[in-house]
Amino acid sequence: MTLKTFTGGLHPPDSKQSSAHKPIERCPLPAELVIPAAQHIGAPAEICVAVGDQVKKGQVIAQAKGFVSVPIHASTSGEVIAVEPRLHPMGRALPAVVIKPDGLDQWDETLTANDPGQLDAEELKTLVREAGIVGLGGATFPAHVKLSPPEGKTIDTLILNGVECEPYLTADHRLMLEQAERIIDGINILRKILGVKTAIIGIEANKPDAIAHLEKECAAHDIQVQPLKVQYPQGAEKQLIDACLGRQVPSGGLPMDCGVVVQNVGTCAAISDAVRLGRPLVERIATVTGPGISEPKNLLIAIGTPLQHLVDQCGGLEGEPAKIIMGGPMMGQTQLSLEVPAIRGTSGLLIFREQDLQIKPAGPCIRCGRCISVCPIHLQPTTIAAYARLELIDEAESYHALDCIECGCCTYICPATLPLVQSIRHAKGGIMAKRRKL
Amino acid sequence: MLAAVLSIGGIGLVAAAALGVAAKKFAVEVDPRELAILEVLPGANCGACGQPGCSGYAKGVADGTLAPNLCPPGGADVVEKIARIMGIEAVSAEPQIAVVLCQGDNSKATQKYRYLGLSDCNAAQKIADGPKTCPGGCLGLGSCQRACPFGAIEMTPEGLAVISREKCTGCTKCVAVCPRQVIRMTPLAATTHVLCNSHDKGPLIRKYCQIGCIGCHICKKTVPDAYAVEDFLARVDYAQHAQAAAAIEKCPTKCIRDFSSGYPQGSSFASPTVPVKTETAA
Repeated sequence: MTLKTFTGGLHPPDSKQSSAHKPIERCPLPAELVIPAAQHIGAPAEICVAVGDQVKKGQVIAQAKGFVSVPIHASTSGEVIAVEPRLHPMGRALPAVVIKPDGLDQWDETLTANDPGQLDAEELKTLVREAGIVGLGGATFPAHVKLSPPEGKTIDTLILNGVECEPYLTADHRLMLEQAERIIDGINILRKILGVKTAIIGIEANKPDAIAHLEKECAAHDIQVQPLKVQYPQGAEKQLIDACLGRQVPSGGLPMDCGVVVQNVGTCAAISDAVRLGRPLVERIATVTGPGISEPKNLLIAIGTPLQHLVDQCGGLEGEPAKIIMGGPMMGQTQLSLEVPAIRGTSGLLIFREQDLQIKPAGPCIRCGRCISVCPIHLQPTTIAAYARLELIDEAESYHALDCIECGCCTYICPATLPLVQSIRHAKGGIMAKRRKL
Repeated sequence: MLAAVLSIGGIGLVAAAALGVAAKKFAVEVDPRELAILEVLPGANCGACGQPGCSGYAKGVADGTLAPNLCPPGGADVVEKIARIMGIEAVSAEPQIAVVLCQGDNSKATQKYRYLGLSDCNAAQKIADGPKTCPGGCLGLGSCQRACPFGAIEMTPEGLAVISREKCTGCTKCVAVCPRQVIRMTPLAATTHVLCNSHDKGPLIRKYCQIGCIGCHICKKTVPDAYAVEDFLARVDYAQHAQAAAAIEKCPTKCIRDFSSGYPQGSSFASPTVPVKTETAA
């Protein structure tokens, strides 16, 4: 049987074997939690607690600011010991609330359970927003925005992203195996909010156990499980839609422009908790792995746990770390130190040693065209990158630089090790700056 | 044969006549002064005057909408020529040149991560505020060098931008492109500068740079009039620059430099024949 897929892309070694068989473990609370106010795409939340305040688990500590924004909640009960800029995964100090856990881990009593059957779509959407639900695949886009298609846009299909195409990561895989009922409950809530019937869970074929398990669980719920070819970036929104439905999202458009909403399976499980239990997003599953970690694990972590604490829970470091990546190796963000806290978008923590890295100085483009053949958007990365280097912003725009999804395929495949994605991102920055000026 | 000659020749005659009429009828009146001014401008189209290029500036001056002393690359010489063309008196602005206020190259200042990306300061600055630990120091990736229309900027082997005092015309292009505002415009006559751009406190600076200003106030105590210390960073008060050199020996981190006794370490520029232009002193 040929599996569904998209055109372009590549298949890096998936390196998932060291953590794929490890059940999800709850990570104990650290000595202090550092919870940044900026954890999602959009306006950062506004901190509304002060030093000395006692907070309960799930209590709002920062209010949403604007529509594309969500509130931030305390990940455990305890005392606020500082409200100050702390090193953020972005690489600079940004406002954060520091909480010293009291060890009781008490939920806020005002949070109440709901019956999704009794609520209408608007009420459900409000619950999702108030729970601070963002896309847990790593992009952290506020979920309620995706669930609010503007007038005139009709949604006919909900796609659940269980692809997990990034090498090393196994958090979604374990979630699908161990907590399918939360995912299915979330899907039913999402279907009610969007008013759609068709729901498809896309899963890469390298997770046959998850596919079999979900097929069994979903049978009674009219949810289709779609095995997909192992190909990066199968889990990118637009590629997933192409693979599952054969629909193309127009240039500059969103999935809702072709009648689809895509949510990650982890987001789905969080939505179930938010509605059914009334519990906001204060924890997530993250894979801690890489050759620099003694004992790779899938951990259920409280948002704000310093990375060092995660490493300690996994048997400590194996050798001297040379590269720390938050997220997957293809699109994740390199970190300056292990004092950075894990945030809502932290799908994984990867540690590599010097001997695991292949660092070569960038050479000249040899015009081999490999970046063009792997680009899932069918752009010309090398051309856009050359324009970016020469600051020819208008030309870069005419080559559709803004459609780049920054998946990293071109940089991965480039035999000259050119920083193609960074160059394209530079061009995108220039184009956006020019548009703001006009 | 004859028909061909006649028809081609005929077309030629008609076209010539039409062009001749058009040239008279649609002639664009150009102020002769505008052309004369364009002639004396340096022609670098650098944009320092605020116009897109030299012709725009020439037109503005001829119209009387722009002052004649807005061309820094031209200097006093061009101001004088423009004034003569326009038949007006003009005072040239005090000539300014750009100076990189940093000496912390890769041998002296630390990096917080290994940067392997695009060789462009603005691209590097977007990644965790740039690889250099110092928040204000020169990133050394050469964006200013590429922006300079006059070839006045060099990058030392250890990654520090150095601006030639002889070649810099004061067009300010490098100032605009630098993401860290480490390049400043200073009076040409002032040769002594505090070459540091970090407002961090002394103990922190010592951790990441051997040659940064630690805000110790010794320069200000030595020559009170010539220095000002603000937010842990000393600056030369350029109104009193002549006295500033007296504090150079006293500076514990050697971050004050008199360019008349040489450029920062690693620069290939020969010691400038300073004072470069003395006419402003007179």
